[in-house]
Amino acid sequence: MWYFNSPEIVFGEGALAHLEEIEGRRALIVSDENLAALGFVRTVQEHLAKAGMESGVFSQVEPDPSLETVVRGAQAMADYEPDWIVGLGGGSCMDAAKAMWVLYERPDIRPEAINPVEILGLRQKARLITVPTTAGTGAEVTWAIVLSDTQEERKLALGSRENMADIAIVEPGLSKGMPPRLTADTGLDALTHALEGYASTWANDFSDGLCLKATELIFRYLPRAYRDGSDEEAREKMANAATLAGLGFGNSMAGLAHSMGHALGGVFHTPHGRAVGLFLPYTIEYAARENPGRYAQIARYLSLPAQTETEGAGSLVRAIRELLERLEQPMSLREVGIEREALQERMDKLIENAENEATTVVHPRIPTTEELETLFLYAYGGKEIDF
Amino acid sequence: MIEFATDEWAEAFMGVINESEAYAQAAKTWEGDFYFIVEAGENIPQPIYLYVDLWHGKCREAFATTDPSVKDPVFRMSGSLENWRRVIEKKLDPIQGLLTRRFKLKGDMVKVMRAVKAAQELVNCTTLVSTEFPE
Repeated sequence: MWYFNSPEIVFGEGALAHLEEIEGRRALIVSDENLAALGFVRTVQEHLAKAGMESGVFSQVEPDPSLETVVRGAQAMADYEPDWIVGLGGGSCMDAAKAMWVLYERPDIRPEAINPVEILGLRQKARLITVPTTAGTGAEVTWAIVLSDTQEERKLALGSRENMADIAIVEPGLSKGMPPRLTADTGLDALTHALEGYASTWANDFSDGLCLKATELIFRYLPRAYRDGSDEEAREKMANAATLAGLGFGNSMAGLAHSMGHALGGVFHTPHGRAVGLFLPYTIEYAARENPGRYAQIARYLSLPAQTETEGAGSLVRAIRELLERLEQPMSLREVGIEREALQERMDKLIENAENEATTVVHPRIPTTEELETLFLYAYGGKEIDF
Repeated sequence: MIEFATDEWAEAFMGVINESEAYAQAAKTWEGDFYFIVEAGENIPQPIYLYVDLWHGKCREAFATTDPSVKDPVFRMSGSLENWRRVIEKKLDPIQGLLTRRFKLKGDMVKVMRAVKAAQELVNCTTLVSTEFPE
């Protein structure tokens, strides 16, 4: 048995106006200072006002939000007593909103203890709306929460099915102003979700179609959105693709590129999408040496050469590398700007972090400790996987 | 073949754990003992408690009992015989088993969620015990 979880999804041009249909008393918007300065928070408040709702703002979410920020936000919620919470922003804001909501409902829980095993009993005080302003994270439709333990230099993958949003509003207009680098980074996060969600050993009939469709859309529209941020069709398709990919991997699982990306982000603070996108071809090459089948299926869906499973997986890796080049992304850790000595110095921590991600054990091939180290070193040097 | 959830099985499990380099490496900082509980059901007239004391990559003690008061472990993971069998035969991912509540886990969740690799190696150890199940 398994579950398929999804919020109600409102999407397309004008979707944000759905906020005017919300019935409630008071909403707290969880966001960041940039989005507040750009007027996004104000726009959401105006829609909520039309629904007759008061609104307050917690706009102190930082990239890779820390446990401490979540505790502060939960206190702000406890003070404001909202019956709706709106997570507005990228994955950091939406994940922070999910975690703050859990603590608001369950002040007896520590954020690092939010887990999918115990029953939380949410929705006694409030419900959650997620509004993505990037096209990548998929956090609007997943129950996963990624927080940073700054003391342990580790990203924590937390969450419970209960903290899935009630409503996700995917308004493509919100991502129009994203600069090219952020467009590429977040779009590659979505691609990694789609490909890893399809290849995961937890993949299922319900997630497969979502992952394939998202992959197709990203290969077609991400370069356009990167080149021309005002390309409305590309922006809309990328917004939809990111949400589809989120639904896909959120109901299967991500894989080793996420494990390594989280590990890297926890230590070197590399932006999440850039990190997972960089590791994606390496981790596929590594898995495909033993299990190329699922990657070949993706290649066939994309009409890439795939006479054999091995050829198909190779075609997919080439297509990813070509996409990375078109998006002017770093292809190696060296190009990210990490010094070899620093990498070597922090290798034990990187391996420990990556090994203890659940996404590692659902990858189509699970690396040993030694193989994981070699993967990091190959990714540093931009070397094709040959083991 | 050794019958599952017996003293003999627990002893064999301890032996496999203590021979596993992979487990020793993955669990080198782990401190915490378990009751792995086989719930009462068909062929299991009363719950069986498999006590396993895991400490820094080794197993210090393991036995089976029907008296839960014998020890007071920090973790308790319980499931039906059928589901334990599916895990040991690698037909059920234990994490999926927990997420779908086919297994229940009590204890310090923060600690256990940070020990994915050790858990994976521990499950691998169970598959190395030549096990027969009550039919």
